[in-house]
Amino acid sequence: MSAIPALPPAEPWSLPSRGRVGMLSLIIGESGIFTIFVVAYIYYIGKSLSGPTPQQVLDIPLFNTICLLSSSVTIWLSERQIERGNMKAFGALWALTMALGIEFIIGTFLEWKKLIFVDGLTIHTNLFGTTFYSLVGLHATHVVVGLLMLTLVLIFTLTGHVKESHCERIQVLALYWHFVDGVWVVVFTVVYIVGR
Amino acid sequence: MADQTLPIAGSLDITPPRVKERATAVEWLHEWVITTDHKRLGILYIVYATFFLLVGGLEAMLIRIQLIKPDNHFLSPGAFDQMFTMHGTTMVFLMGMPLLFGFANYLVPLMIGARDMAFPRLNAFSFWLTAFGGLLLYYSFIGGYGLYGMGNAPDVAWFAYAPLTERAFSPGHSTDYWALALIVSGFGTLGTAINIIATVLSMRCRGMTLLRMPLFVWLLFVVSGMTLVTITPLTACQIMLVIDRYLGGHFFDTQAGGSATIWAHFFWIFGHPEVYVLVLPAFAIENEVIPVFSRKAIFGYPAMVAASVGIAFISMGVWAHHMFTIGMTSVGNTFFVLSTMLVGIPTGIKIFNWLATIWGGKVQFRPPMLFATAFLFQFLIAGLTGIMLAVAPWDWQLHNSYFLIAHFHYVLVGAIVMAFFAGFYYWYPKIIGRMLDETLAKWHFWLFVIGFHITFDTMHFVGLLGMPRQIYTYEADRGWGTLNTVVSIGGFIQAIAVLIFAYNLIHSYFRGRIAGNDPWDAWTLEWSTPSPPPDYNFATDPVVHSRRPLWDLKHPDDPDWKYE
Amino acid sequence: MISFMRKHGAPLIGLKFWPALLLLQCVQPCAWAQQKHTPPSIFAPASTPAHDIYGLSLFTLGITGGIFVVVAGLLTFAIIRFRGRQDDDRSEPPQIYGSMQVELAWTVVPVLIVVVLFLATARIIFAVQDAPKPADALDVTVVGHQFWWEYRYPKLGIVTANELHVPVDRATYLHLVSADVMHSFWVPELNGKTDVVPNHPNEMWIQPLQTGLFLGQCAQFCGPEHAKMLIRVYVDTPEEFEAWVKHQQQPAVDDAAVAQGRHLFETQACTNCHAVNGTSAEGTFGPDLTHLASRDTIASGAVKNNPQDLHEWIKDPDHFKRGVLMPPMQLSDAQIDQVVAYLDTLK
Repeated sequence: MSAIPALPPAEPWSLPSRGRVGMLSLIIGESGIFTIFVVAYIYYIGKSLSGPTPQQVLDIPLFNTICLLSSSVTIWLSERQIERGNMKAFGALWALTMALGIEFIIGTFLEWKKLIFVDGLTIHTNLFGTTFYSLVGLHATHVVVGLLMLTLVLIFTLTGHVKESHCERIQVLALYWHFVDGVWVVVFTVVYIVGR
Repeated sequence: MADQTLPIAGSLDITPPRVKERATAVEWLHEWVITTDHKRLGILYIVYATFFLLVGGLEAMLIRIQLIKPDNHFLSPGAFDQMFTMHGTTMVFLMGMPLLFGFANYLVPLMIGARDMAFPRLNAFSFWLTAFGGLLLYYSFIGGYGLYGMGNAPDVAWFAYAPLTERAFSPGHSTDYWALALIVSGFGTLGTAINIIATVLSMRCRGMTLLRMPLFVWLLFVVSGMTLVTITPLTACQIMLVIDRYLGGHFFDTQAGGSATIWAHFFWIFGHPEVYVLVLPAFAIENEVIPVFSRKAIFGYPAMVAASVGIAFISMGVWAHHMFTIGMTSVGNTFFVLSTMLVGIPTGIKIFNWLATIWGGKVQFRPPMLFATAFLFQFLIAGLTGIMLAVAPWDWQLHNSYFLIAHFHYVLVGAIVMAFFAGFYYWYPKIIGRMLDETLAKWHFWLFVIGFHITFDTMHFVGLLGMPRQIYTYEADRGWGTLNTVVSIGGFIQAIAVLIFAYNLIHSYFRGRIAGNDPWDAWTLEWSTPSPPPDYNFATDPVVHSRRPLWDLKHPDDPDWKYE
Repeated sequence: MISFMRKHGAPLIGLKFWPALLLLQCVQPCAWAQQKHTPPSIFAPASTPAHDIYGLSLFTLGITGGIFVVVAGLLTFAIIRFRGRQDDDRSEPPQIYGSMQVELAWTVVPVLIVVVLFLATARIIFAVQDAPKPADALDVTVVGHQFWWEYRYPKLGIVTANELHVPVDRATYLHLVSADVMHSFWVPELNGKTDVVPNHPNEMWIQPLQTGLFLGQCAQFCGPEHAKMLIRVYVDTPEEFEAWVKHQQQPAVDDAAVAQGRHLFETQACTNCHAVNGTSAEGTFGPDLTHLASRDTIASGAVKNNPQDLHEWIKDPDHFKRGVLMPPMQLSDAQIDQVVAYLDTLK
């Protein structure tokens, strides 16, 4: 083998963060699942053979929606705080985000309780019941999973384990939370506006 | 040249002496179970897939024995239904997907100069999910009446059209096993796809720009992107099916206003891109094997990348060509005819580029190239019968006939399995450190190709004579007897060939010729490492300047980077 | 291309197209069908939509065959001409990385082929699917059941099973509905298949050009006995069809000689599923038996209709069709003989 030849000049080299790429991929994949459920919901609007219908039983969950969407704002503010290393403010905003998420779950619980025990709508009643509980339930499951992860971070923050250096990981997790909120916009539009 | 260690920056000169105490069997097992090493997980995937290749093949043989003559009673109708359901499900989900992810796991980090995947623990988790899904599916054979009555094995065909899968028509647990196993392995698949995407985007070595990645890496990257948006619809509709079966939902319950066609749409929104998820890795292997054994650079690298991305996008919009007979409007049918035929254009580009790569080369017909060449011819025929099926009115005749079965086996066996055989012969020396035996390889090749053509060429004609798929027997007066006997005989020949291959894998592990670093005089980064590569692959991160870093080193007077 | 699209081409061209195939077919014995029929083949069309499809299929075969010859020829040439030789100097061949012009050329050619094929295909899709319905068309409702076919002629007041009678030269519109799971109606010589989907009524039409018996079968997996869900279509001359209709419109024959068998039939579980017009038997779950004895086969074409097989069938339906939904009737042989004698009078 002859001498190593002159090589082209080295180029600048930077790569995207694998955490962000991974989370964005997961979000694309999850969107696939939600798309199918949303399509099924839209396809079956008005196809139920028996009542109750969405018009009769569904109320617009305005307060719930405001809570969930504002939690996206609070988590974004908390991201800003951890970037600056302001851990106290970060913890407070993070806890506020969680509170808003928990309120959303409680709201959904109350809504379902009314639907099941007052209106007699279960997943078995008709196509509306099947598609409604599946789609809203799928979203609520994602909120719960998100809350579990938020709780872990909160515990570690309170015990002082979360540092400024974890900023990127926190932001990756926040991406997931933003996605869950974004999906709610779609679910809300389809279930409570188009479907009603 | 071949066995020389190349002074590429970062490659290890010698295998670090791994003098180890002889581990006990339990320690050895423990090491493999807890591993997060991409190479070990790759091997686990490949071994898992090879095992299920044999299992799925056995099921195919039972099917062929049953169909060898009219009015045969070798299998009961129920057992036959279980066999073709399990054969299809096994070959797609437990053989095809794990095999492609096995190769991807092993090779992608090596080819882009990375030391492991982006998320090694997620990688292990995904494998074990996939493996558990497979075990769950096969556990179904033990339930119900046990092995005697084939237990609760699924018997609703691999596409499981509703409402046959609803509780009313499929009582018992057979369909539950099917749905749950695919949900579980689906999450495993999703994890691996995410991992490959993150690895390709975020773990490349210095100088490995996107347009310098080997085409193998590019295609697996595209495949992983497709997996994200194809496996998830399947998961979604399996969840709906489980809701129907366990919670009394009505998604596919036609008695309560549910729709049977929407299942078909959802399934094929997964099912058609899935074909490309399986065939693009076959292209990926061709893209490595054909240039190396033609001794030429791949012809038209940017066009190959563009064609792959193009196929990925177009394939998302063609699913309903599986449903020309389901009663769509004429406009709907016409749209899907057009979109389906469009796939032919990027596919044609690929075939012509491979042809141009061979053109003017010096082709060495070593075992990988033999299989790669057979792939080219068989994939050509598979593509052309695909065009015939895309012609919707003709599809009204051909759909669900044995012509269709012949067509997609031409794709899955004639193209995909052939390419994976080429991949096995090509990378086995790297993975194991020994060459596969060439005499056995030639027996394997010729028997398999001959058996393949006896089976699947004949099968087209059975379909033209009106034989539908998934029938456990047929009437003597239909005139399908002789042809079916020929089909079965071809099947048995292929089985013998596969057994020779399996024997070769084991035989060469102990007796094969030592391979050295670079037995094929190839050009991508994995051949700069020892065979098998050491833990973490590269001592320091390599730096590359072109698509063929090893060509640059072997031909310093005429390096690739001057032309790119 | 125009000549390929001809509506009434000679039906045998297709078989000449595959001489080897024909040879193989001849080896097969024609088993037991009373009527003369040929084994099915999509290249022997006997009805208008099948003819259109046949023309299009020859056109497609021509194009794809041409592509195959050219590409496979080039590939073969390349691997022979550019194979590595023993006396080679081991140097690497010239490296070529690509060529914009060449690649553009082999992108344009497939595009043109796709355009031509697409237009030819679209033409036939619209010609078959959107053909105007003639005023004299016969309407038949085809109901797919797990492992048998029900045929209803709503305007003629006929309900029958498994053997479809249609007149030659006249269009018949089949309205396809399913009572349970998905099936598919396929008689290759008459038309391509159309799925029979629950909750999603479909329509197809045929216009047979020659008389005879045409065979087909269910083409969508529908359960354990999918394989024996056979289809028999009798294309009759107009006179024969008229006579058949007249006969089918009669109520069931009431023969005092088989009163015992009739009594048994009406007092057993038979009437839960089967109907005999003019009697108390009004079940709809199984085939209508009003004119059972006028049919050549039972069990959706899987079994000959003769007293021995009918006896065996009633005794143990699983013997012929394992997994069939009809239960064994638990009657003594003598009782079954009486029921068979009764059924045999239902001409």
